[in-house]
Amino acid sequence: MNNLIEVRNLTLTVPSSKGRVPVVDDLSFTIRQGEKLGLVGESGSGKSLTAFSLMRLIKEPVRIESGEILIGGVDVLKLGADQFREYRGSEIAMIYQDPMSALNPIMKIGDQIIESIQLHKKISKADAKKEAISLLASVGIPEPEERISSYPFEMSGGMLQRVVIAIALSGEPKVLIADEATTALDVTTQERVLDLLNRLALDRNLSILLITHDLGVAAQFSDRINVMYGGKLVEQGEIKDVFTNPYHPYTRALLNSRCDYTINVNEPIKSIAGQPPRPDNRPAGCVFAPRCEHAISLCTSEVPKLRELNKRNVACIRVEELLMVNK
Amino acid sequence: MSTRLISVNDLSREFKGSGGTVLALDSINLSVKEGTTLAVVGESGSGKTTAARLILGLDKPSKGSILVLGQELTSLNQTQMRPLRREIQVVQQDPFSQLNRRHTVMRIIEGPMLAFKVGDKESREKRVIELLEAVGLEREHLKRKPHELSGGQCQRVAIARALALDPKILILDEAVSALDVSVRAQVLNLLKKLQKERGLTYLFITHDLGVAHYMADEIVVMFRGRIVERGTRTEVFETPRHHYTAGLLASVPVADFNHDRGAISEFVAQAAPNKADTCAFRSRCSIGRNLSDCASKVLAETMGSATHGWLCHFPINR
Repeated sequence: MNNLIEVRNLTLTVPSSKGRVPVVDDLSFTIRQGEKLGLVGESGSGKSLTAFSLMRLIKEPVRIESGEILIGGVDVLKLGADQFREYRGSEIAMIYQDPMSALNPIMKIGDQIIESIQLHKKISKADAKKEAISLLASVGIPEPEERISSYPFEMSGGMLQRVVIAIALSGEPKVLIADEATTALDVTTQERVLDLLNRLALDRNLSILLITHDLGVAAQFSDRINVMYGGKLVEQGEIKDVFTNPYHPYTRALLNSRCDYTINVNEPIKSIAGQPPRPDNRPAGCVFAPRCEHAISLCTSEVPKLRELNKRNVACIRVEELLMVNK
Repeated sequence: MSTRLISVNDLSREFKGSGGTVLALDSINLSVKEGTTLAVVGESGSGKTTAARLILGLDKPSKGSILVLGQELTSLNQTQMRPLRREIQVVQQDPFSQLNRRHTVMRIIEGPMLAFKVGDKESREKRVIELLEAVGLEREHLKRKPHELSGGQCQRVAIARALALDPKILILDEAVSALDVSVRAQVLNLLKKLQKERGLTYLFITHDLGVAHYMADEIVVMFRGRIVERGTRTEVFETPRHHYTAGLLASVPVADFNHDRGAISEFVAQAAPNKADTCAFRSRCSIGRNLSDCASKVLAETMGSATHGWLCHFPINR
């Protein structure tokens, strides 16, 4: 599989009383053609800012400090705003958590899709309308001919998210970023939207970056997974490897603290003590060290590098040692 | 331990609007035993929060009875309600918006005691510190305001406030839904610990089946204003009889690759309008969609055991 997107050493900063501090710190990952890549982490871990960077939607006070984002080999961070327009929507598109706020409440959904199609292509309104109808059909909206005249308030959350997906697909992007796109939906609706995304990935060879805090969703959907904590990638690899045998203590602790109906109800959940550090208060050394049950003094001084181990990447200086113990 | 602190009978709530009447709650029955947790699960619009509002006395039912600690809520006026409000408290979903952002943590937790004129300044402060410690916060948090706290800490403050008057019942309305995975685990552990120590009774409203499974002794599953299945945790999770419950369980994504989610449900997207008293789930049900009984026959609850009941003509065979 080709790498469609390559993120290299991306660092974002925000101002604080201590000067500019990193919120996303030296992040590198790739998205391959047709793959479903999961990105999990808790609030404040930097997952959404990573997505915004890919769309070049980062605004002050957040700043892209350094790094490269290569789309088809071109570093889009070096492009002017006008030049990037050719990428946004037609190479890479994004959908968000709340479909209602992504749509214009006083404009018919058909017009919103047509507007987006005409932005990417020089075609007549009548042709754009035909395309809008076929897009709506392709995202599983029943009776699309009638539905294009509906307003957002006339549709359910799951249907609206499909409309937003249709708009995102109107520029025929190669990569779709879904930022908590199913979080606000009911479980049965969530399942159907995930099925739709799955099908789109397959039918259109579309790459999907799925950002979620829900480990179950990530497990069900992704081929590969990136785990973020405190602005850093701590583990990346094939989803099944990572979730069945997590290497990084944070990944392990996160999976242990989940509350789905497979866990033992007679024992306390193994929660992680404390809370994620704020950007202006991140410790020296490993960001997870203060909450890590395996931390030693070296962990508080040495910044762990993301390094390869058995076909995955892990950022923990004690990982080999811990693997021996866990066996 | 079999005193029923909450007992709801034949409870309905209609909302009249320009588009017609919506039956948000349709003749539901439920009860919660002292010191136990009843989880109410269902998707948005199923009536979970309407039920909670009625039980809290924040809304009046269209018909039916609500017994809280043996008192009929519907027959009480505001003044008569007041003593009962000490015994039944609520924790809501959004950690920030349920707290007054201009107040300090001290003032927030002290609030209910001020409202009921309990103790003097000194004894109240002592009590607030006790409560802070009980929910895992520290004395240094007393002077902070909500914006200086994390989501998990705000939720702990809301729990401390709910406990300030030593209530018997807590209504937890999606109380952990806005929290991150690791923080949610901490708060769930805390709620279980507090329940054990204080003999609290919980009505736990959630859309999250994993959380319901972890917290509940008994569960009711709601769909479109009705309870379609009820039972102990084991009955509902291990031997669901209603197709909706089974479909809901199969829809939950699980991060455990060794776990078999079972067959994926065949839910149909569109739901048709419902005729009163017949199955509202019919149009989404892979079994009942084409069966005339489901479209025409009036439903009544079938009890398979003293605790396990369902609202279905053709339940899943076990």
